[in-house]
Amino acid sequence: MLLPDQHIRDQIKTKTVGIAGCGGLGSNCAVALARVGVGKLILADFDVVETSNLNRQYFFRSQVGMPKVFALADNINRIDEGIQIDTHHLHLSAENIPVIFGDCDVIVEAFDKAEMKQMIVETVLDMMPGKKLVCGVGLAGWGDNDIIKMRAHDNLYICGDLENEVSDVFPPLAPRVGIVAHMEANQVLEILLGNMKKWKSF
Amino acid sequence: MEIILNNNKETIPGDNISVADLIRIRNFTFKLLVTKVNGQLVRKDDRDKVFIKEGDDVMVMHLISGG
Repeated sequence: MLLPDQHIRDQIKTKTVGIAGCGGLGSNCAVALARVGVGKLILADFDVVETSNLNRQYFFRSQVGMPKVFALADNINRIDEGIQIDTHHLHLSAENIPVIFGDCDVIVEAFDKAEMKQMIVETVLDMMPGKKLVCGVGLAGWGDNDIIKMRAHDNLYICGDLENEVSDVFPPLAPRVGIVAHMEANQVLEILLGNMKKWKSF
Repeated sequence: MEIILNNNKETIPGDNISVADLIRIRNFTFKLLVTKVNGQLVRKDDRDKVFIKEGDDVMVMHLISGG
C-alpha cells in the first residue's frame, strides 16, 4: 500500500499551478506547493527582491537585487530539483494572463495591489471561463486569527479576512501573510486532489 | 425579492434593481469591487445596465491591498 504522502504526490505530479505575483503571498504559497509535490509551477512577477521584503517573503539576504521569479525558482529547486518551473519576469496584464496561465490547472492570485487583484479576477472570469482562481484578500497586521476564512464562489476561492488593508500604519507581516499564503496553497491542493478521500480513509 | 448574495439568501427591497442599486442599498463602500450575476462578470461601467431578478445569484467581492 502506498503511504498517503506518496499517493498525494502521485496525484499532483502532473498538475500545473500558476503563481501571479511572487511577493509575500506568492513566494510562500509556491514553496508550500513545491514541498507537497506539485509537478509544475509557472511563476510571474516584475519585481526584484528588496531588503524590506525579507520580513515576510521567501527570499534571503544574498538574493537582494535579483528578480523575484529567478530567486524563487532557485529556492524551490533547493527544496526539490525535480519540479518544473517556468519563470516570467514581466508585468502581468489582461492581455498576457490568458497566454501565460492558459495551461494551468489552478491560478493563484498573489498580488499586493488591489487594482491588480481586480484586474486578474475580471480577466479570468471574462476570458478564461471555468478556470479556477484562488485569491488572497485581507492579511494586514497581526492577530485576529478567527476572522481569516475561505469563501468559494463558483470557480473563485477567496482566502483572507476581507477587511484588513495594508497601509503605512498597518503593515503586512510574516505570520498573517503566511497564513493566507498557506491557505491559498491548501485550497489549491484541495482542488487538485478533487474527490480523493482524506488520509483517514486509506 | 429574495436573491442569493455572496452565497447567502437575502431579501432586498424592490423587484427590479440594478447591480449599481444593490451596491448602494447594501452600502458596499470599498473602492474596488468585482461583481457577478449568475456566473457572468458585470464590469463597473455595466453595473447600472444589468438588473437583478428574484432568485439571482449575485457576488460582490471587494478587493483590498496586501500581499
